[in-house]
Amino acid sequence: MRVVGTGTLALLAGSLAAVAIAAYPGLRRADAAPEAVRMAAGLKPVTDFARIKNKDERAVALFEEAGKVLQSPRCMNCHPAGDRPTQTDKMLPHQPLVVRGEAGMGAPGGLACTTCHHEANFDAARVPGNPKWQLAPIEMAWQGRSLGQICAQIKDSKLNGGKTMAQLVHHMAEDELVGWGWNPGAGRTPAPGTQKQFGELIKAWADAGAACPKG
Amino acid sequence: MAAFTLKINGREHQIDVDPGTPLLWAIRDNVGLTGTKYGCGVAQCGACTVYVDGQTVRSCSLPVSAVGKSEVTTIEGLTSKEAVAVQKAWAAHDVPQCGYCQSGQVMSAAALLGLNPKPTDQDIDLAMNGNICRCATYVRIRAAIHSAAKSLEG
Repeated sequence: MRVVGTGTLALLAGSLAAVAIAAYPGLRRADAAPEAVRMAAGLKPVTDFARIKNKDERAVALFEEAGKVLQSPRCMNCHPAGDRPTQTDKMLPHQPLVVRGEAGMGAPGGLACTTCHHEANFDAARVPGNPKWQLAPIEMAWQGRSLGQICAQIKDSKLNGGKTMAQLVHHMAEDELVGWGWNPGAGRTPAPGTQKQFGELIKAWADAGAACPKG
Repeated sequence: MAAFTLKINGREHQIDVDPGTPLLWAIRDNVGLTGTKYGCGVAQCGACTVYVDGQTVRSCSLPVSAVGKSEVTTIEGLTSKEAVAVQKAWAAHDVPQCGYCQSGQVMSAAALLGLNPKPTDQDIDLAMNGNICRCATYVRIRAAIHSAAKSLEG
């Protein structure tokens, strides 16, 4: 595959790329994953929580484990509290500037998510992709919130897109955009564990009464 | 290598490339339309902007294998009334300096006016901020888009 221009074109292109990279320090290491993050990339299985006899305490412990996924940069980057997504493990402001827009896919007439993000990850350009690529609605903003606040938000059908608990479990365990978090491409740190393990934790949390962590 | 048929500017082109080849290089090297530029290769500068089924796309971030039967429009095939207005305004305001990013700028500007005939400064900034200009002609770009919008009113 050819990825470099020739002659004068390459010189000009190199200059332009240098401008782009100088303007956006986040590009230098892009989504390079710190080794410590990779080392801590597992999830405890549901069976590890069976010894907790108190139902609420078990639910809280299960949600705290699932929270390692919810609070990973792969999920949080597209659940911003403002209009602009973030990117990389450092959760830097998305470059270029894009905003949520009415449908979570960019401002009308402005830069749309799909201008750069397509059906699948394209590692040659380090651009992630998924057929459902878009920002979470503002009522599902997670950045800056505690795990307890995120938990309450997830359970509230007025804030979770009208989902029942069963639909919520299905969404977490099966949704393909959620699943992108474990297949982020281009050397990005995946969400901890697997989507299957995550779905099992969320289901066990729901089955235990769906109590939320305090705070 | 694999065979693909790309519909670009209303014409079909048979090419034989690696399926992961960015659309940009198929357009430039295989089809020979060099108006679309390579800037960064990582969807950060906008120099490679084309339309795929009428929507702006950074052609460096889309593999040929994902184009399918979609219609691709490059700067060479840009003929909409918005595009004509933008090109006239670009000349009137003497927008380009080195000119390298300008095909991408014109593609994005014409797309903006197609969706938003009376953009505010903020609308323009939101639409155009993904098109970087190393000569920093941003003030002239914004003025030219306003002029083009005005010329389309009548």
